[in-house]
Amino acid sequence: MADHTDNNVKTPVLDVQELGIDFGGLTAVNDLNMQVYDGEIVGLIGPNGAGKTTVFNLLTKVYKPSRGRIIFDGKDTAGKSVVDINKAGIARTFQNIRLFGNLSVLDNVKTGFHNVTPYSPITAILRLPKYFTSEREIDEKARDLLKIMELDKFADYTASNLPYGAQRRLEIARALATNPKLLLLDEPAAGMNPQETSELMDMIRFVRDHFKIAILLIEHDMKLVMGICERITVLNYGMMLAQGTPEEIQSNPEVIKAYLGD
Amino acid sequence: MKEKTALFSLFGDKKKRGRFVSFAIVIAAYIIIEILLKSGSLSSLFKSLLVPITCYVVASIGLNLNVGISGELNLGQAGFMSVGAFCAICVSGILAGTVTAGIPRLIIAIICGAVLAGIFGFVIGIPVLKLQGDYLAIVTLAFGQIIKSIFMNTYIGFDSDGLHFSFVDSKFKLQPGGKMLLNGPMGATGTQKIANFTVGIILVLIALLIVYNLMFSRSGRAIMAARDNRIAAESVGIPISRTKMLAFVVSASLAGAAGGLYGLNYATLVPNKFDFNTSILILVYVVLGGLGNMTGTIISTVVLILLPELLRSLQDYRMLIYAVVLILIMLVTNNDWLKTKWKSLTSRKAKGGASNG
Amino acid sequence: MQFLSYLINGLGLGSVYAIIALGYTMVYGIAKMLNFAHGDVIMVGSYIAFFALTKFGLPFPLAVLTAILVCTVLGVVIERLAYKPLRQAPSLAVLITAIGVSYFLQNGAQILWSSSSKVFPSVISAGSISIGAASVSYLTLLTIATCIVVMICLTLFINKTKTGSAMRACSEDKGASMLMGINVNQIISITFAIGSGLAAIASVLLASTYPSVYPTMGSMPGIKAFTAAVFGGIGSVPGAFVGGLILGIIEIFAKAYISTQLSDAIVFGVLIVILLIKPTGLLGKKINVKV
Repeated sequence: MADHTDNNVKTPVLDVQELGIDFGGLTAVNDLNMQVYDGEIVGLIGPNGAGKTTVFNLLTKVYKPSRGRIIFDGKDTAGKSVVDINKAGIARTFQNIRLFGNLSVLDNVKTGFHNVTPYSPITAILRLPKYFTSEREIDEKARDLLKIMELDKFADYTASNLPYGAQRRLEIARALATNPKLLLLDEPAAGMNPQETSELMDMIRFVRDHFKIAILLIEHDMKLVMGICERITVLNYGMMLAQGTPEEIQSNPEVIKAYLGD
Repeated sequence: MKEKTALFSLFGDKKKRGRFVSFAIVIAAYIIIEILLKSGSLSSLFKSLLVPITCYVVASIGLNLNVGISGELNLGQAGFMSVGAFCAICVSGILAGTVTAGIPRLIIAIICGAVLAGIFGFVIGIPVLKLQGDYLAIVTLAFGQIIKSIFMNTYIGFDSDGLHFSFVDSKFKLQPGGKMLLNGPMGATGTQKIANFTVGIILVLIALLIVYNLMFSRSGRAIMAARDNRIAAESVGIPISRTKMLAFVVSASLAGAAGGLYGLNYATLVPNKFDFNTSILILVYVVLGGLGNMTGTIISTVVLILLPELLRSLQDYRMLIYAVVLILIMLVTNNDWLKTKWKSLTSRKAKGGASNG
Repeated sequence: MQFLSYLINGLGLGSVYAIIALGYTMVYGIAKMLNFAHGDVIMVGSYIAFFALTKFGLPFPLAVLTAILVCTVLGVVIERLAYKPLRQAPSLAVLITAIGVSYFLQNGAQILWSSSSKVFPSVISAGSISIGAASVSYLTLLTIATCIVVMICLTLFINKTKTGSAMRACSEDKGASMLMGINVNQIISITFAIGSGLAAIASVLLASTYPSVYPTMGSMPGIKAFTAAVFGGIGSVPGAFVGGLILGIIEIFAKAYISTQLSDAIVFGVLIVILLIKPTGLLGKKINVKV
């Protein structure tokens, strides 16, 4: 963890500045400042309704921020669409799993390569040589990702028939296929048993090391958060409550109060 | 999962088998019908249905791409057929003097019909695909009605001076020897019948090839992803409107090609032929055949066109029986009890995509 | 002043559309289905009224009542036999079934009553009164008055009665309504009954205005009224009312000032424009998806 102290001189891959959003009169997120650096695993935690998923929706442009800036990879993301953001290098998973239910597991991952290995519909209809080279490449890479997420034995299953834990891993595989620089995981361990969770922790670490990407994750499972995150941001009522290493967060009286109530 | 019979292993996985089956069915049907035609054992009624059946099969395959694969209800497919039909009739009429051979003229006319219908599809798609669900469906219905209205009011003539065009009323006089191509509500009259069954079958095969090649590609996956989960599809970088537009335009083009062939199969064709009821009819073929299931679509189209004809001896009651059959099929195929029974019979194969054809 | 008489005639036509559209919109709001057979219930209503008047010589009010009664029963029977078993089925299956019912009614009518059109007797006196410079027929006035009465009664029913609030609850959330002890199946049946009864009222007005009765007479008014319902925001009762009136006015104005042949194209063109500006219709609710 010591090597992260020099992060201050590096430029962060994600730099959130004074971010805020209102729904009607209600402020869901306010004055949020947060940085994620290359190769880091950062946790975003907080009680229910603290606005964690809203932050993800802001980062991926599902919602347009009311205030503040999101700098990704050195560029301001203002005015970008959900699709643009993914092309720029942010991929995500969803708290309420959103797979392509009627597609096979393999095809779910293949959709992720949409902009990574593109070819035109004409190429597809006429089955030009580029179709075959691209498809072979997509197939190989997709199977590699399935292997990493331990889903290779399910490749031909229809996605909606997968067990719950496998569905969550499939979402991660699909997100990774888009070749992101930053991966957002929304409660990746929800609904998993302790053994699955501990396997997932290894996977997340492996993914970070293997793809050399930064990971920002929302999670309620404190064992997972404290186990793999190098830094943690705590949200409460849409505001940043604390930020620091797991040790600092665990001993922070404000955080303890927010979680346990008054 | 890997137990494949020797024959099927030749054709790879289940998806590819589905493709193979539909091509095989079409080719086999063609061979059988050609033999029957040669031996003269087909009734004239049946013969007269051959080309229309291929037309509706192509239009249904196109619609299934839109409704089944892309998941957007389209209640105006007949509108695109009429664009293709009247375009092809005009092109054929104009080229009658220069391209005298029937088949090349037919092919040129069909291609023109498909392209124009595709352009219509694109233009209509821009507003339509901004909407969702039932609202999208109603707008396709509206466009179908508008297209019909437009053709009811279009007058196109062709003579030694070239093309004449007017809207709402016929305002031009043709030179002697000139020909009215479109005559408002009366539609096209005196069309040279150059359509034939073989071209129809080739068109069906091309339609299948286009739809299958699209389905099993990057674009096809994107189309199905956008259908299954819009938000997730966007999150992996799939632009929804462009993706849906692709399916919509290809679907419209196929309907246009089908219409082109249809229009050149009859001496007269009125714009009212392609009304809301025709759109609905095609939708029925698609839904009964199975959403996303091209083989099923082909079979259901053929059966449902032939059914009223086979029931002809029942005279007035045939359409009533048709209606009852339609309702019963829907009730039976959606019956929970029967569904679970069916599942338990086929449970060994719980895997595989629902979108395979 | 031509404009005024066009406007009033537009309101008259719009009133018929509005009454039919109410049936579409209520069924959609509660059963979430596009009942394509609704137009054909109008056709049946017209035939019943026609026979009640000509064959049985019933007085006009009684003929209307008979039509309402028959259509109400028909609507409920259709719902029970064809739609109820498909409550859990995909919406496309229900749509196709509705189309099947529509074919069934049209062809049944053709067998029973032949496809040649019958002339509906003119029961409402052909006279007219002058409003300013415009002369308006009694029939048009009656149509508009009927529509207003129907709208008021329906609004009162939905907002003031127990059944009405149960209907509103069902259209918001069927599952929760069931948990609250509302008999959802019964509410859906009532909705179909009301919608079909309204269709019968519309059928008499329609058959009096365009005095011919034939098996496919319901299709076009059905599609137009459906358009009107979408126009106003499908599922919304005031929306159907407003949508119907606007549609009628646009149609009459388009016929008068632009072109008779193109009036349909104009009506549908306006619908498209409205939906592009307000994707869920004039008074429709915005749907939010939670991410």
